Amino acid sequence: MLQQRTVPPQSQIKRRSAAALLPLLLLLAGCDRAVLNPAGDIARQQRDIILVSTGLMLLIIVPVLILIVVFAWRYRQGGRGTYDPQFDHSTSLELAIWSAPLLIIIALGALTWSSTHLLDPFRPLASQKERPPLVVQVVSLDWKWLFIYPEEGIATVNELALPVGRPVRLDITSSNMMNTFYAPTLAGMIYAMPGMQSQLHAVLDRPVDSEGFSANYSGAGFSDMRFKLTGLDDAGFAAWVTAARGGAARLELATYRELLVPSERVPAMRFAGVDGDLYRRILERCVEPGTPCSSETMRHRHE
Amino acid sequence: MSESATHALTGRLGLDSLAFLHEPILLWTFIPVVLLGVGLVALVSYLRLWGWLWREWFTSVDHKKIGIMYMILGIVMLLRGFADAVMMRLQQAWAFGASQGYLDAHHYDQIFTAHGTIMIFFVAIPLVTGFVNYVMPLQIGARDVAFPFLNSLSLWLTVAGALLVMVSLFVGEFSRAGWLNYVPVANLANSPDTGPDYYLWALQIAGIGTTLSAINMVTTVIRMRAPGMTLMKMPVFTWTALCSNVLAIAIFPALTAAFALLLLDRYIGTNFFTNDLGGNPMMYWNLVWLWGHPEVYVLVLPVFGIYSEVTSTFCGKRLFGYSSMVYATVVITILSYLVWLHHFFTMGSGASVNSFFGIATMVIAIPTGAKIFNWLFTMYRGRIRFDLPMMWVVAFMLTFVVGGMTGVLLAVPPADFVLHNSLFLVAHFHNVIIGGVVFGLFAGMYYWFPKAFGFRLEPFWGKVTFWGWVVGYWVAWTPIYIVGLMGTTRRVRHFDDPELRIWFVIAGIGALIILVGILAFVVQIAVSIWNRRALRDATGDPWDGRTLEWSTPSPPPFYNFAFTPIVHDQDAWYDMKQRGATRPTSGFLPIHMPRNTGAGVVLAGIALVLGFAMIWYIWWLAAVAFAGLLTVAIGHTFNYHRDGFVAPDEVARIEAAAMETPR
Repeated sequence: MLQQRTVPPQSQIKRRSAAALLPLLLLLAGCDRAVLNPAGDIARQQRDIILVSTGLMLLIIVPVLILIVVFAWRYRQGGRGTYDPQFDHSTSLELAIWSAPLLIIIALGALTWSSTHLLDPFRPLASQKERPPLVVQVVSLDWKWLFIYPEEGIATVNELALPVGRPVRLDITSSNMMNTFYAPTLAGMIYAMPGMQSQLHAVLDRPVDSEGFSANYSGAGFSDMRFKLTGLDDAGFAAWVTAARGGAARLELATYRELLVPSERVPAMRFAGVDGDLYRRILERCVEPGTPCSSETMRHRHE
Repeated sequence: MSESATHALTGRLGLDSLAFLHEPILLWTFIPVVLLGVGLVALVSYLRLWGWLWREWFTSVDHKKIGIMYMILGIVMLLRGFADAVMMRLQQAWAFGASQGYLDAHHYDQIFTAHGTIMIFFVAIPLVTGFVNYVMPLQIGARDVAFPFLNSLSLWLTVAGALLVMVSLFVGEFSRAGWLNYVPVANLANSPDTGPDYYLWALQIAGIGTTLSAINMVTTVIRMRAPGMTLMKMPVFTWTALCSNVLAIAIFPALTAAFALLLLDRYIGTNFFTNDLGGNPMMYWNLVWLWGHPEVYVLVLPVFGIYSEVTSTFCGKRLFGYSSMVYATVVITILSYLVWLHHFFTMGSGASVNSFFGIATMVIAIPTGAKIFNWLFTMYRGRIRFDLPMMWVVAFMLTFVVGGMTGVLLAVPPADFVLHNSLFLVAHFHNVIIGGVVFGLFAGMYYWFPKAFGFRLEPFWGKVTFWGWVVGYWVAWTPIYIVGLMGTTRRVRHFDDPELRIWFVIAGIGALIILVGILAFVVQIAVSIWNRRALRDATGDPWDGRTLEWSTPSPPPFYNFAFTPIVHDQDAWYDMKQRGATRPTSGFLPIHMPRNTGAGVVLAGIALVLGFAMIWYIWWLAAVAFAGLLTVAIGHTFNYHRDGFVAPDEVARIEAAAMETPR
């Protein structure tokens, strides 16, 4: 919160970053970026964890850095420090040496335990009780992103529009490579893996025009595997859905198999309709005709 | 010749596999490499040094010469790995917006894969192994390692692995799947080329070398310590060498198994790590990180040992808190097995699993912090001589503390969810590897160089090296931390956002400053060799050392100690000096020593051929090489001329020569 208010205006940042070599100012220059000034509640809580943890650790890091310099200077040959070659053990000092980091880690460990559970990407948001989440099925392809909106009956490639203030549940899988779904302004990242489904629960707090990408190297076209992320108010989102439904293209099994052909720097696409069973077949790896779905093979195995 | 006949003869190797013929960048790399190689061969032939090299070096089982050869391998490969780094920095500073830079994905992806693979497996491991080889037996008062022939074999297998990686630069291509050769990218379906095969065979061959070396070193520490040297009287470097190699024995089999399963997937069509038919890529990630995280400590523990030795010597004090240093080392050794999952918090484990591994990771910061404090309080009330090794220690402490802090930050899962795979992470591990491992290797090189060669390294160029690396490190990696916090991730070849560019330009300048440091180091070695008489160390103990290696002449005779020392104190040589001990000049006894053998070089050479044949599907050659490997290995067991005795007269002559005034 504090961080947000101290962000200097754009021009000031540029002037500063040009002149500054001090790490602190450099960090300030990063403040208006997605990670340190996100639009999503989850991402903001993750940012706060970064700041609190860093602060906790600086409690011990700063004194150590100072002591290193002071001791190196004071006890240099010919310096003012007294020389005592017998000083190689002190029980009380060693107790302090072990307990100071221990205390910091206990505090940090407690923070870790609670925040890891609270911000687990698979955990539904508390606000979902009041308002059902928007479900988006996400498939990483070589090398583009497919987003299916099952309730709205539409699909897009490399374009993700989300309503502001409404909880979102992303069901994520992959066609072939392992990618990481990462929209820094929305929430932390999670892997997209073939034959497996991961989930990300998040919510946008304000309208945003940002982007997301794959954060895990997945082959030649990986660098440009980016998608547009737009946060719209409810009316804007409804209009966006209507516009998407107005198109001619439908996403069927055959169209999907065309998308499977590796391609790079793919412009955004929209599909006015979508095969309702497509995502399940992608997840169960049976989009090719004649391939058994994994739920079927598993069932046979148990019979 | 018909196509099938050619195929049977040369597998998938053909003229079009010679990548340098049609790639300008490779061609311009290939030409100087060939010229350099031909020049080197010509020079050695002209000086008639082949016989000497073979007898004195290649077939040597002397742990000191093997240690030096490991170091040479590491330094040569550092130049290659650094060239890759400079190419990446240039590409990332260049490829913005409309510009695609000068490297396409095919090349860029090979370069970042090769950079990581080389820097860990063929720079850091050989340099650390080199130090352990050279220093540890001297510190424990031994005359060689427990299995001298195995040591030679380990070295040459590592060299064979490095050669395979170098061959991939010109013949075929290297892996494009990241430094751990991640599946699914490295699966046959996604990478049908030779890249992953080069990677796998090179690392299997080198990995066997590393495993054997680790077994050797652990046995040596356990069995061959001088009388009186109980475990709690061992020098700290030896302690860290022991823990590091215990770790290596436990983890390298996991890596070997993972690679073997992937080889089966790629060669005979099994489905361990494929996407279908029950295969699971996540298994591969778990197995390689089960090796990968402890490997960090395999590298850094001996380097912590180097810092301990250097700090204690140059502060003129016994190390503060010796026992807590030892316990800290052992605790780190054990904990390092329990943290591998923090490399993929974002792969979907439950919150409790993530918390466990996150907290286990943080707990490692406690013993590591204790170590920092121990060095700090060794400096306290010391009389610090700021020779080159000690300068590196202070630079290390200031740099590493920051890397440790960012590491603990990354161990907090919610923080990792936004920083995983980011350039912040990349900056973190370069912070600890350069600021921790590399700085320590330099400290160690300056510290033990006079011991190994009998003369010191010239200090002026050493200072240029120091400032180049330290300033270069901060200029190169601070901007990478920053772009990481801005949400930029790793292995990206091309960027759209022009605001990021300035940071990559600064990082590139930093890399050039490091280059100055590297070049200054090469100059320093040349200048020091040139001025070796003026820099000569006649005493064998130029730094007023405290451990046994400094009780020998510089360089030590091949049998190390004419008499096995008897140890009464942790700082054994310091204790002896206090009691006025001097080197004995008479009463020598015959010394039992191993004989040189060429079997290690030959076996590694055949392993290299086997690897190459398998990579290119030249099955007949692979079969011949495999049969040859077995034949030579079994044949060597019939070699009964493995050892001999050095006569007392010979010992007396060598000892007297070492006592003489400098030539």
